[in-house]
Amino acid sequence: MSRFKKEGGKDLPELNTASMSDIVFMFLFFFMVISTMRETSLFVVINIPKASEVQKLEKKALVSSINIGKPNQNYIKKLGPEPRIQLNDQFAETSEISEFVESEKQRRNDVDRTMITWSLKVDENVKMGVVTDVKQELRKANAFKVNYASRKDIKR
Amino acid sequence: MAKRTPALNTSSMADISFLLLTFFLLTSSINTDQGIQRKLPPPLRGDEKVPPVNRRNVLQILVNMNDQLLVNGEVVTDVHQLKNITKDFIANPNEEIHLSDKKPLYIDELNMNAMVSKGVVSLQNDRSTSYSIYVAVQDQLTLAFNELRNEYAQQNFGKSFEDLSETQKKGVQKIYPMSISEAEPSNYGGKK
Repeated sequence: MSRFKKEGGKDLPELNTASMSDIVFMFLFFFMVISTMRETSLFVVINIPKASEVQKLEKKALVSSINIGKPNQNYIKKLGPEPRIQLNDQFAETSEISEFVESEKQRRNDVDRTMITWSLKVDENVKMGVVTDVKQELRKANAFKVNYASRKDIKR
Repeated sequence: MAKRTPALNTSSMADISFLLLTFFLLTSSINTDQGIQRKLPPPLRGDEKVPPVNRRNVLQILVNMNDQLLVNGEVVTDVHQLKNITKDFIANPNEEIHLSDKKPLYIDELNMNAMVSKGVVSLQNDRSTSYSIYVAVQDQLTLAFNELRNEYAQQNFGKSFEDLSETQKKGVQKIYPMSISEAEPSNYGGKK
């Protein structure tokens, strides 16, 4: 260490770290905006049911969700109050599910393909008919791991 | 100006904001999906035959379009009764003739023989059944099996199921397998 002092002689000028916090705050806001953006893109109203025995889904990258519910205020006039299926960012019919399953499988690598959990986010007032149809389509498309999204309920 | 104000030391500011950043990153990832997990059966092929199951080994749960429950021919008014019905049916502590039969099975993981119930829960719902009652039923069934596993773990290992080792968990899961069969969709009493 003493070798440096001989050569330099002078002190190093202090690094100005005042802007560092600005950069980090920018990161902070970026992540906050990104993490809330996905929640707002739902076209259907979903109020998921309560359950006491819920399990957390471990890997978020291995979850694909299928949303079923009434269209929200912007779409209810055009589409009516019947429950609709939303895949990614658009409304879909039951027959399009196998296509969706394929494209979701393509996005993952070979090892992960069989590990995908299909999270069914369904409004509690939806009738089982639609859900059954979706489940049948999933079975046909070899997508067996299903999660019925529900909120944790405090035990009575 | 008589005096210059000394520069504020802002080097700790970065630490503070990093702390905030990590805090928000962590809290936003906690908001993961949660729910009841199930495995769907592979699609039926025409030439496949369903293995015959003895009537006493089936706990038949029917849910109609008005969200009313019929369990083995008896009306159940409250979903929450379903847990105890299922537990009795699977555990069958007094070897009753109308509840599920048991068979001895060798459990590799625990290196022992155990009596495993042959019982199967058969769940059938109408197209007009509401999703909330369906989830409630699934929840009660999960609760029943979880409690059975937990009780077994408490009795034999002296700790809860969650605290067991992975192999022990697998063994206990084999003793109380979650055998829930969902009937192929039907449509009685109501239009689509």
